[in-house]
This record gives sequence, C-alpha cells and structure tokens, in this order.
Amino acid sequence: MIWTVLRRLQWLALLVVIITALTYTLFFVVPGDPAVQAVPKGASPQTIADIRHRMGLDQPLWRQYLNFFHGPDLIGNGNASGILNVPPNLGYSFKNQEPVLHTILDRLPVTISLAAGAIVLWLLFGLSVGILAALYPRTLRDRISMGVALVGVAMPQFLLGIGLIYLFYFRIHIFPAPGYEALTKDPVGWATHLILPWFTLAFTYAAAYSRIMRSSMLEVASENFVLLAQSKGLTRRQVIFRHVVRPALMPIVTMLGMDIGLLLSGAIVVEIVFGLNGVGSLAIQALTTNDLPVIAGTVLLAAMLVAVFNLFVDLLYPLLDPRVQ
Amino acid sequence: MVSIGFIVLITLVAVAAPLVARLNGHPPNDLTYQYEMTTDLGLPKGPNLELDFWAGADQFGRDLLTRTAYGARISLLIGLSSTLLALLVGCAVGVVAGFLRGPVDTVFSRTVDVVLSFPILLLALAIRAVFGASLWIMIIVVAFATWPFIARIVRGQALVIREQEYVVAARSLGASNVRIMWGHVLPNLVGPLVVYGSLIIPVNILLEASLSYLGLGLPPPTATWGQMLADGQAYYATAWWMIAVPGSALLLTTLSFNLLGDGLRDALDPRAGKGTL
Repeated sequence: MIWTVLRRLQWLALLVVIITALTYTLFFVVPGDPAVQAVPKGASPQTIADIRHRMGLDQPLWRQYLNFFHGPDLIGNGNASGILNVPPNLGYSFKNQEPVLHTILDRLPVTISLAAGAIVLWLLFGLSVGILAALYPRTLRDRISMGVALVGVAMPQFLLGIGLIYLFYFRIHIFPAPGYEALTKDPVGWATHLILPWFTLAFTYAAAYSRIMRSSMLEVASENFVLLAQSKGLTRRQVIFRHVVRPALMPIVTMLGMDIGLLLSGAIVVEIVFGLNGVGSLAIQALTTNDLPVIAGTVLLAAMLVAVFNLFVDLLYPLLDPRVQ
Repeated sequence: MVSIGFIVLITLVAVAAPLVARLNGHPPNDLTYQYEMTTDLGLPKGPNLELDFWAGADQFGRDLLTRTAYGARISLLIGLSSTLLALLVGCAVGVVAGFLRGPVDTVFSRTVDVVLSFPILLLALAIRAVFGASLWIMIIVVAFATWPFIARIVRGQALVIREQEYVVAARSLGASNVRIMWGHVLPNLVGPLVVYGSLIIPVNILLEASLSYLGLGLPPPTATWGQMLADGQAYYATAWWMIAVPGSALLLTTLSFNLLGDGLRDALDPRAGKGTL
C-alpha cells in the first residue's frame, strides 16, 4: 500500500517534469514573439529587446524552463523577482505581469463551484437512473430512461447550454443572465447563476454514467456469487445493494477518477457558453494571446489533477472489491 | 434502422453539398444577399421562400442550409478519418504493449498516461499555430485525443488473448511474435474494434464541433457546425434558426452514430445487456 503510494508519487514528480517540458518545447516551436506582443505597436527595437530580456526570453531554453519554477529576473539583479516570489509561484504572466499562481487561484473558485455541483448532480442522476433501469430491464421505464441517456451522450454541451439560456433566461425569466456570483458574497445568487451550467455539464456525464451503471449491473447479475446470495435466501434488496451494486460500481469509480481529473479541460466549453471566468476560460484566453507562463501553469494544474485522481482511484479499488490487491 | 437511414441521408447531403448550393442558388460563402437577408440593424433574417432561403440566413446574409450541408462534409470527413487514424494508432500501440509486455508495455502505457493527462485544447492550438489549421491537422488533432482510449482497451484485450491456447499453440509451432500478433491477436480484436470504432465516431464529431465552437477549428469562412453555432449564440435572441438548423443536424448525426454503435455492440456481443436481476 505504502509502496504503491510512493511509486505513484514518484510518477507524479516525473509527470510534472514531462508535462512542463512538453509545454515549453511546444511553445518554443510556435511562431510569435511574446515580447513583441507585450509592447504597444511601433515600439523601438531597443524596447523590445529590453522587454525580452526582462521576460527572460533571451536566455537559453533550459534556463527559461527553470525560470518557470522560480520566476523571471524582472529587476535585472540576478535574483528571482519580487517579495511575492515564494517558489514555485509558476512565473509571471506575459500579459499583465501577475504571478500565474495568483491568477489561477483567483479563477479556481469558479471552476470548483461549477465542477462540484455538476459532479453531485451527475452521480445522483446517473447512478439512480442506471440502477433503476437495470432493476427492470427491457421494460418501458428502462427503454425511456436509456433513450434519454442516449440523447445525453450525443448532445453537444454548447448546444444544450445555448438552448437552456434561450429557454430559461430569454423566454421565461426563471434564471438570471449568465455570469458568476461569489459564494461568500451572495449564496443565493451563486446557486441561481450556476444551476444552468451545472445541469448542462452534468447532463452528458449523467447519461454516460447511467448507461455504464446499467450494463455493469446486468453483467454482475450473471456472476455466481449473486446466484449464491440469492439461493441462500437473502432478500432482493440485500442481494442488490450488497452483492450487485458494490462490484458494479468499479467501472464507475475508474471513470469518475478520470473525469474529475479531466474536468478542468472538460468544463471549458460550459465555462465559455455561460461566460464563467474559470480556469478553463483562463486557459483559452492565454492560448489565444500566447501567454506562455499562464498556459504552462494551467496545463500543469490539469495534468496534476489527472494524476492525483488516478492515484485516488487505485487506492479506492481494494476497498470496493476485496479481490483486488 | 432509422439511425442508418439518417447516416446515409447526412452522408448524401455532405457529398451533394454543391448540389444543395446549386438548387437554391446560394454558394456557401456567397455575400450577394448581405443586404437583402439582414435587417437595417444588421440582424440576420429568417427563412424566406421568395429568395430561396429555405432555412434563413446568418449575420452576413449567407444561406444557412447550404452552409449546414457544407458543414456536414467537414464534420463527417474529420469524424470518420480521425476515427480511422485513432483506431490504427491505438490498435498498433495496444496490441504491441499488451502482447509483448515488459519494458515495451511500460513505455507505451506511460505514454498513453501522459497523453491522457495532457489537455487536448492546448495541443490543438499549438499545432494550429505551427502548421496552420488545415483539414489534415484537424484530423490529426482529433485522432490524437482519442487514440489513447482505444490503445487502453486493445491492450486489455491483448493481455487476455495472449494467454489463450491458440496463441500458445502458435508459439510452440515456432511462429514469430509479429506473425502471432498479425495472424492471431488482430483478427480476434476485429469485433471489439468495430464496436469501439463506431462509438468513437460521434465522440470525434463532437470534439471537432467543440473545437470549432471555441474558435480552435478550421478558420472562417469555412462552414463548420461548431463555428455556425458559436455565431448563432451571438444572435440567439432574434435568430433561432442560426442555432436550430446546424444544431439539429449535429445532434441527429451524433445520435445516429451512437445508435448505430449500440446496435453493433448488441449484435456482436450477444451477452451484453441480457442479464436479469
């Protein structure tokens, strides 16, 4: 157990190096000089060279890569800059010179609010619909719920989002205009602003989860241990919840770990549709303005999340299924 | 059955997109009706049968029906080719990793892990910036996002197949690894590959549409469904057709491919979904 964790942590550290190095090499080959974009049009070559120097762009690639971890030398005295610079602060944005870590931490509450609510919704609906459909397979109820799930799997999130905005904001004014309210400032506003985004994000996932839960339940149902549980006289309820639902949750746990890890990029479309300023839309902004430190920061965060949640899943397995060691 | 019908229909529409343009007389990027088909405020006008705008116009007065037909070409072309590419790469990596095991497996599996944890959007933009946004680049970007999933599934299957008696038999007869992989492992993967392939098609179509929606797809004025829907969102209050027409085309296409995939799975794996509780 301890060894698994240690081995995974080792991999995590390696992943950080690989991902950041990859991001750097990717953007080294991308045309477009960030120093040129940072200055107003018509700046003298001297100014541009100066800015480039301050951004650390005149140093060799490997130094720039290391700079990423402790911030560029802005003043020019050979030290990493600023009192804010407790390494690693992920460097400074090319666009507004803010520490990348601060920018990301500023945006994180939005993405976490969106993700947390959506996860609760999709687990609630996905699992309950999947279980109910599996309990009464090939009945009308099963067919209708699986039909809805199929539409959910096929539904583009942005289409659903636009449709919901049209219906519930523009046609009938149930929900406020798309935007975000901080939870600490206005809890009711926070929730009402987020209901449509939550639903949009959760619908696709809930649909996929209900389909997987259903087929996983039906698969487990034909196992011998279920037959044994039934023949030793357990009630239907006991058999289903103790012997079918638990092992049937295995593929769901795998998917959940991966989906939560990937949610930073998975929520981008919803963030854009509803104009939420989360980490996802930050990444898109940085991408379109060639703001390398911000891009590298968000990519790093996204990759770390995937690795961490995969680790969680591996640790959860033995608890769910005693056969896994 | 309905799904196959719709797939055939949308494919025909995609192939015959120029014919659609010929029939209503409006090429996809035709700006001649820019003033007739927009209001004084520059808002797009809805369906107008007299001018042969059967599905309305967009904000530049371009024919929405023609553009949706041309969008079908992009969606299907990228969706299908990227699926094929992802199947090829994923299958090759998965079979080799699962069959050979050992260090090869470790390297391949770790590569898959890294790719899976790398946000696809970043890669899409970086590649676009370097090579420009062409059809081929989009196909590669989309395939890059989905091949790891196929590689994982195929590797799992290959791990099972390599322990089967017929593989042991082939090996004891002196068959080389390449020969066993090609002649014994691959043929036994065809069933699952057909199923996963058909289920990946709608995923890839959705991915292409999402990239286009975010402005990371083929550049304008190319008609893509995602781009058209992004345009439509700006005018949703007045021009419902700008969302309804490409939106329903996209939804029906992905829905049909999903239905087809489900049907194939039920047909090729008779055990799936047949249990009772």
